Amino acid sequence: MALLDVKNISIGFPSRHGMFVAVKDVSLSVEPGEILGVVGESGAGKSTIGNAIIALLEPPGEVIKGEVYLNGARIDNLSAEEKRLIRGKKIGMIFQDPQTSLDPLKTIRQQLVETIDLHLRLGRKGSEKRALELLEQVGIPDPVTRMQHYPHQFSGGMRQRVVIALALCGEPELIIADEPTTALDVSVQKQILDLMRKLCVDKNVGMILVTHDMGVIAEVADRVAVMYNSQLMEIGETAQIIGNPQHEYTKSLISAIPRPDKKVRRFPLVTYIEDVVEQKDEFDVSTHWLGQSREFDMKVADDGTILQLEDLGMRFQITNSLFKSKRRYLDAVKDVNFSIKEGETFGIVGESGSGKSTIARMVTGLYTPYKGKVNFLGKEISAISHTPEVLPYRRQMQMVFQDPFSSLNARMRVLDIVAEPILFHKLAESKAEAEHIVMDLLKLVGMSDDAYAKYPHQFSGGQRQRISIARALATRPRFLICDEPTSALDVSVQAQILNLLKDLQEELNLTMMFISHDLPVIRQMCDRVAVMQHGQVLELAETENLFENPQHEYSQHLLSLMPRLDMLQA
Amino acid sequence: MLVFSFLVKRLFQSFLVLLSVAFIAFALFKFVGDPISNMVGQDTTLAEREKLAERLGLNDPFPVQFFNFIKGAAVGDFGLSYRHKVPVSQLIAERAPATLELAIISALLSVFVGIPMGVYTAIRRKGLLSRSFMTVSLVGISLPTFLIGILFIFLFGVILRWLPTFGRGEVVQIGFWTTGLLTWSGIKSLILPSVTLALFQMTLIMRLVRTEMLEVLTTDYIKFARARGLKENAVNFGHALKNTLIPVITIIGLQLGLVMAFAIITETVFQWPGMGMLFIQAIEEVDVPVMAAYLMMISLVFVAINLAVDILYAFVDPRLTIDGGSKHG
Amino acid sequence: MADRKMKSNSKWVQFFNGDLWYDFTRSPVAIVSFITTIGCLFLAASAQWVAPFDIFDLATLELMDADLPPPWADEYGEDKFFLGTDDQGRDIWSGILYGAQISVFVGFASVIISAIVGVALGLLAGYAGGRIDSFIMRVADIQLSFPAILIALLIDGVMRGLLPRELHDELAIYVLIFAISISGWVQYARTIRGSVMVEKHKEYVQAGQVIGLPSRIIAVKHILPNVLNPLFVIGTIHLATAIITEATLSFLGVGMSPTTPSLGTLIRIGNEYLLSGEWWITLFPGLALVILVLSVNIFGDWLRDALNPKLR
Repeated sequence: MALLDVKNISIGFPSRHGMFVAVKDVSLSVEPGEILGVVGESGAGKSTIGNAIIALLEPPGEVIKGEVYLNGARIDNLSAEEKRLIRGKKIGMIFQDPQTSLDPLKTIRQQLVETIDLHLRLGRKGSEKRALELLEQVGIPDPVTRMQHYPHQFSGGMRQRVVIALALCGEPELIIADEPTTALDVSVQKQILDLMRKLCVDKNVGMILVTHDMGVIAEVADRVAVMYNSQLMEIGETAQIIGNPQHEYTKSLISAIPRPDKKVRRFPLVTYIEDVVEQKDEFDVSTHWLGQSREFDMKVADDGTILQLEDLGMRFQITNSLFKSKRRYLDAVKDVNFSIKEGETFGIVGESGSGKSTIARMVTGLYTPYKGKVNFLGKEISAISHTPEVLPYRRQMQMVFQDPFSSLNARMRVLDIVAEPILFHKLAESKAEAEHIVMDLLKLVGMSDDAYAKYPHQFSGGQRQRISIARALATRPRFLICDEPTSALDVSVQAQILNLLKDLQEELNLTMMFISHDLPVIRQMCDRVAVMQHGQVLELAETENLFENPQHEYSQHLLSLMPRLDMLQA
Repeated sequence: MLVFSFLVKRLFQSFLVLLSVAFIAFALFKFVGDPISNMVGQDTTLAEREKLAERLGLNDPFPVQFFNFIKGAAVGDFGLSYRHKVPVSQLIAERAPATLELAIISALLSVFVGIPMGVYTAIRRKGLLSRSFMTVSLVGISLPTFLIGILFIFLFGVILRWLPTFGRGEVVQIGFWTTGLLTWSGIKSLILPSVTLALFQMTLIMRLVRTEMLEVLTTDYIKFARARGLKENAVNFGHALKNTLIPVITIIGLQLGLVMAFAIITETVFQWPGMGMLFIQAIEEVDVPVMAAYLMMISLVFVAINLAVDILYAFVDPRLTIDGGSKHG
Repeated sequence: MADRKMKSNSKWVQFFNGDLWYDFTRSPVAIVSFITTIGCLFLAASAQWVAPFDIFDLATLELMDADLPPPWADEYGEDKFFLGTDDQGRDIWSGILYGAQISVFVGFASVIISAIVGVALGLLAGYAGGRIDSFIMRVADIQLSFPAILIALLIDGVMRGLLPRELHDELAIYVLIFAISISGWVQYARTIRGSVMVEKHKEYVQAGQVIGLPSRIIAVKHILPNVLNPLFVIGTIHLATAIITEATLSFLGVGMSPTTPSLGTLIRIGNEYLLSGEWWITLFPGLALVILVLSVNIFGDWLRDALNPKLR
């Protein structure tokens, strides 16, 4: 008998536009000690299943059809109070963001003891003893002291360990983990995944692991359920799903995953995704608007260097004080030197806080460097200044941002968003010409004809990122900075955007600085890579050399954390 | 360390507030009304006036005058009232107990009724009682205080004749303090004015607490607490309430600081012999020393309450008292 | 251009298809309060045409008509004064209409001035940051320690000291508007500043900087339109507060004079006669004030909840 059995469940959210069905006719089961991965892109309905099993659907959501059995007993039709008794005791839950999952005003001890005493009735003393054991099991060093601490005194990874300990308080038989490592850095992610794997085996607990990340699935899941558009596409052994997917959707999903093991020229065209007008017209940069007047007094150096950073450094004040000695600073970037040659894609990789985005912001003039120089096309442009003298240089350099939901002004039409740089830099003779150019750019990035009159909120994340790219191209730049351009996107959309960037680079002979935390993406995109940690560049190498033969210890460490996805077809 | 610098900062801000108020009060003296003609008769000669001005320091340079004003204000010396011809400090001292008793009772009333009502309406958001509380509170903030006062007087004083509608009733003198709390008629007299004054603050606090608590109830840690199977009461009162009250404390402090000033209206309606009435009369007669002294008094109370709230705040919120620096330890 | 027309058209279409309009049509509370508000505002605005008597025309007043009760409540009343008359023989209903006109005018004027000043300062503080921000916000903090009533009283006192009596009465309405708006800007400034601080770190602002746009264009063209939403809610609720403040000041005798009475002045006049049984002189203006403020408040409250996605 399976530990958990979900039979033909459908979950709906009534709204004024009728019932929105978030999960449609899904069946799945979990055995004791087994990790079932539920994978899918945003809006697939994967989190909703987890919430429904533990009876914590956001109102007005409701189970409209199907049954849920735990150890053979039906649990979806119990009263509210009976369902509460199951929560924590039989089924535990782990949320995505450890920063917000813990009550900030109570110590870890208070939160643990409260929960343990509720479920196991061990009394105060007994509960405290049990709490200590749990903290030890989840790998919190010095639990006796740490127990007295408040959540804000823990780092993100440690907090997620505390959250796991709390989920284990009632000794549940099933744990639902909703994107448990998404908010964490890769090195921490690996530790947390290992911990969860170990706990499942040791305690014979079943787990539903909801995630969008195939890498996470490959790492820990025994079986995988693939969801798309509220429905279950395919369910099976992890190796089979990744290595030999049967369903069309799964196939395209797997093919969109950036491969860590080798570089492919382009991602195979991924079906099953949002409608995009694939631009297949012949493109000739010498006749196109984007290719005009590229040559003026700014010359690329003889060795091809377009951008050069000299001893670049950035420092932020973290605590202010009247006394100079008490002020604390953070050196976000320390003495960085490198140069980028025309036409190459230069990658910067590192974990959060490594200073990679700060470099981009100094290069584009959003931050003024604390020390050092930025030389672009032979001119020093270090300070934030938009003097008429610097402006033509700034125009040559544009940026594509990370978050497509905040990088477009919600109050402006797409036409106005993309036309603004053209009009500001007077790159068109008239408004009508500017509009014409905008239409052309939108077509170039794969948007349909009617896009220009709409507002950003009418588009999906991937489409917005295309608009963002069109805007960046609108100043006719020759240098494009991409700061995590796909980290907020689903993997299939990511594949499309990366393809688009590759095409544009080829056609326009763009130079790119590509910033990412994601090593496989870096491998697919970049010619050379700088590996950063704590504000310093630790290793700078040709991409293939780095992946095949990393020199620095930290590079080796990062590569070892990379999900291997060995099951992928060669 | 964090608490220390937080409090130092707040102390400095309070000082700044008092200083700016002092400046306004001083500016009143300088630019409104003529202190000399308020002190002497019509027939005083110009030379005598000049002499008086010299003696009062009115010819000193501006900063010196301001400094002298602050020196006087610090020990409660604001000179003679233009109208009553007695020291302002004496006038204030006579009137202060009446206002303070009224304000404190109202403040307690609004906090101890307002907070529970706010919590209740947040927890039972859709309940019938909650909805009626909310409707009543809307009426509460829509009725101007003076109108509530008039209504109460009409209802309880004129029609039902249950409660006195003006004055403090019998008061007892204890040292420099006169209290109405020790006699039956004093307490009866206090009921209508204090409820009137409390009503507006009460509805405000209730709505504030409700909004904040609704916000807290949507957070992840509340959802996680539910996912651990905690009982509804443990979630609401064990986790949500404290997180609600901490940010609310500051705003409530701010509101209570204002009660003294709102007392002006109540005192006028109920003929309550407090500082507010004194102030209104002073305005009508442009009695600058009284205006200035009242202003300083009000802001002193305001600043004191807010400082107290800040200290309280610093000690109940661990994020302020305990440095998160050991994060990576 | 044809485009422009399409744009405004589609915005209206969006509004009527939007959730706000949907919620509105399904909330009796919202509809009733909105209609009442509009009705009150209309009556107040057209007092000159709607009111049966011109209360400023002293020639029409007759002492015989003084202190008449409403005809439907007392046999001494006269039909032409259906809410009775005051001590000078003025028709209460006409007084309410003219009084409401002044109250509403003062309210709207104060709200508009506060909003303009508050939005400008909030935008400046939030976008410029640093010392400018600290300075503006410190002033706002200090301002907050004084309720509108106190500031208004003080300003009135100062004006009394500086201006001769007749001039003071004549300027009373401007003194009121000034006094009420000076205490109202803080809330706008704080809200706008808060939103600006959030918005200015968003990537669309950085995108504008990378394009090379100057700060003032980014602040006004990009950030400002994105922070104006809360303005409607604050403005509606502030309108109610401003009307109450005006009424309170007039009631305390430092607002509108009895010759050009607002609702507050009417209540003040009537209050003296309340204990002697002439309740209508106070009660009806009071009721009018409550209906006006309550409907504005209820609508504002509904609007705030409707626009708050977390409460839906």
